[in-house]
Amino acid sequence: MEDKNRSLLNIIDLKKSFGDNLVLDGISFSLDTGENKVIIGPSGTGKSTVLNCVNRLVVPDGGEIWLEDTEIISCNNINEIRQEIGYVFQGFGLFHHLTALRNVMLGLIRVKKVPKKEAKEQAIAKLEQVGLLDVLDSYPAQLSGGQKQRVAIARALAMEPKLMLFDEPTSALDPELIGEVLNVMKNLAREGMTMLVVTHEMGFARAVSDEIIFMEKGKIVEKSSPEKMFKQPENPRTREFLFKLDELYGKGGEE
Amino acid sequence: MSARLELIRRSLPALLGGTVITIQMTVLILLFGVFFGLIFAFGQVYGNKPIRWFVNIYEKLFRSIPELVLLLLVFYGPPSIGIRISPFNAAVLGLSLRATAYMSQIFRGTFKSVGSDQITAAYSLGMGKYKTFLFVILPQAIRVFIPPFANEYAIILKDTSLAYALGVAELLRQGQYIIAVAYDPLTIFLVIAVIYFILTFGVTRLLKLLENKLKIPGIGVEIG
Repeated sequence: MEDKNRSLLNIIDLKKSFGDNLVLDGISFSLDTGENKVIIGPSGTGKSTVLNCVNRLVVPDGGEIWLEDTEIISCNNINEIRQEIGYVFQGFGLFHHLTALRNVMLGLIRVKKVPKKEAKEQAIAKLEQVGLLDVLDSYPAQLSGGQKQRVAIARALAMEPKLMLFDEPTSALDPELIGEVLNVMKNLAREGMTMLVVTHEMGFARAVSDEIIFMEKGKIVEKSSPEKMFKQPENPRTREFLFKLDELYGKGGEE
Repeated sequence: MSARLELIRRSLPALLGGTVITIQMTVLILLFGVFFGLIFAFGQVYGNKPIRWFVNIYEKLFRSIPELVLLLLVFYGPPSIGIRISPFNAAVLGLSLRATAYMSQIFRGTFKSVGSDQITAAYSLGMGKYKTFLFVILPQAIRVFIPPFANEYAIILKDTSLAYALGVAELLRQGQYIIAVAYDPLTIFLVIAVIYFILTFGVTRLLKLLENKLKIPGIGVEIG
């Protein structure tokens, strides 16, 4: 229990079922400030559900999730907690009726109550950070998938979160657009952002993660550093899975 | 020919008087329809089970009864329990009951047209249900709302002619009065048709312009 005060995020024995389907069967791990962890595993094993529980878009059946001193599942200020947690997911979720700039400004103005002029300056700074100064006034439908996802990242960053969650951020992208999003994420990691990433991009996992968590059937099968995970995974299932990923996506690290 | 023109010239004031009643009815029915339709749609999307059940039954019921039957029921029903209702009010009420059912369906469709990804994104920024509705769903729903609203407006406008059956002195009834005196049904009905056309076409045209003005750039080119 002392642990929860040391880590930025501490997940303890998380459980969740959808109907009869046990999706999370006692997941525990923690994330320190500046750490970067990647969750991998076959689809349908609850990876996304873990992230969705962290910002309580899904309410778990059991367990605890601590963001510093706040327990997320039982807290009564979830909208304040969500501001601390950036969330980027496969489907972008950009607001169609707003320009890229306005997408980033909306949360600042309506949630953080930042005055419009300052919100604009901050939003422009975040869009610059993701390399999108040239599309400030474009609407989502006028952007490429890679640009959309970078706007989504800028929008999440604008809230100055303590933690960023990425749920398969590149899975909906054409192969040639994946690189631009991963580069933004790598830069973020280098700048010290705390990140929890669900992805199949092993090159990314290898390059920036401090730990890789292999999940299957709602359980953590193996957790270790990327070097160890790729060179000598302990569990035969991990080995099998990584082998399959290699076949599908090529060897990790060669991008 | 000149006799016809003279007839039109002489009947125009009465017909325009009827047109005013027609427009009054249309505006009132639209207001009721939008107001209650919005509430019903909210109930259907965000309400609990009994509310959803009620709205569902309501819609089924009022979409299945012919407008004319509805008007007659509303006109003859209340007096049987001692409530007096004027033909004008009965017509507005009857057609509003129907309009509410259709409007609530239109609203529901427009709310749902905003993808769940955007709602997830809004929640994860810390926007609650209320802010998400106000700043994400509503601005987009209004745009989607315009074409079906224009359609519903045209239907309501034309349906007000049914108030004729209750004796409301709207456009069609005024025409009948004139025809009874100056027997030239074709000319008068043609003038009435033209007035309905102008009211329908003019307003739907304006709504189309509004729709184009509010159009989100890029949508229709590629949605994603």
